[in-house]
Amino acid sequence: MCETCGCSIPDHHHPTPADEHTVEVLTGLMDANDHAAGHNREHFNRTGTLVINLMSSPGSGKTQLLERTAQALKDRLSMAVIEGDLETENDAKRLREQGIRAHQIATGSACHLDAHLIHKALHDFPLEMDGQTTDILFIENVGNLVCPAAFDLGQHINVVLLSTTEGDDKPAKYPVMFRAADLVVISKADLLPYMDGFDVERAERSLRGLGVETPVLTAAAGRETDIAAWIEWLETQLTEHRRQDEKAASVA
Amino acid sequence: MHELSVCEALLTQVRATAQANGAAGVGRITVHLGPLSGVEPDLLAQAFTVARNGPMTAQASLVIETQPVRIRCRDCGNENEAPTNRLLCAACESFRVDLISGDELLLARVELQGVSDPPNPSTDSKASPDHV
Repeated sequence: MCETCGCSIPDHHHPTPADEHTVEVLTGLMDANDHAAGHNREHFNRTGTLVINLMSSPGSGKTQLLERTAQALKDRLSMAVIEGDLETENDAKRLREQGIRAHQIATGSACHLDAHLIHKALHDFPLEMDGQTTDILFIENVGNLVCPAAFDLGQHINVVLLSTTEGDDKPAKYPVMFRAADLVVISKADLLPYMDGFDVERAERSLRGLGVETPVLTAAAGRETDIAAWIEWLETQLTEHRRQDEKAASVA
Repeated sequence: MHELSVCEALLTQVRATAQANGAAGVGRITVHLGPLSGVEPDLLAQAFTVARNGPMTAQASLVIETQPVRIRCRDCGNENEAPTNRLLCAACESFRVDLISGDELLLARVELQGVSDPPNPSTDSKASPDHV
């Protein structure tokens, strides 16, 4: 029996103040993930690939936007997609049918992608093939407005979709996700005339309430497609990314 | 619910710290958590009771020190606390603000037990807050 507390655990030991010792650590809890994300980013910079992490709630039209994007861009540049879903190859199949390369990560029960999962995927899904590189890689994250925001994947840009069939106050409800966005795309904009509850200006006000200057654009990827603003934004990002790449290369 | 992943990352760091300092076990673990980190304190505490079962941390406890959300206005320079979804300057209502605190997700301190040979503070940079 322990003489200090009287419990019946044999050899129970109470630390004396002398052998107790507190260390200050002050490291980020996400350090391991962030470290892996840094490696991924280095890899993307080596292959000259612009990487965009696409996040939103389930059903807001991420895959459909990527299908239309593939149709618009695939003749001009090389585009690929890594898909994250709990189960099925469905989304990757849909994108392959558009003539682009796509890789599916089935996360099982995990609600988000992390940097290690992307690293592993890149082993099976190289960005350079037959001397040809990938210009732009989309990572379609698991549909979820909470968890994916906490995990850096090594992407260059975060894009968050907000569809018109959701509430326009979503930014106020999910501040962490919307603060992480570098661009917010209001998707399913062709449905705006039917969606009395959704107002683009209100959505933008809700976003500004988070203390961010994040740009907002609208896109429709359904039967009445209008993704001109999105494609223009993508091309600007790609040009800017290449310019910075060249600058970095000339410094090195 | 990604708090279990976060908690496992936390315990990996804690065990590494304990091992590096020659400790037999871990007592109190203190983390700094901001509401804009995306981690819920209650869920992290729940996940901790499951995840701590393992070498060195089975008897450990978790102390969560939450940090307030504070912003500084880029237009007028005012500083104020703010709710997580209304990060506007209290003086001029501007949304052009910088976050000063509120998104922390840090392992702050680890209480080590049964340390056979306490590290020399001058060689262990992590043990001294002045070096961080």
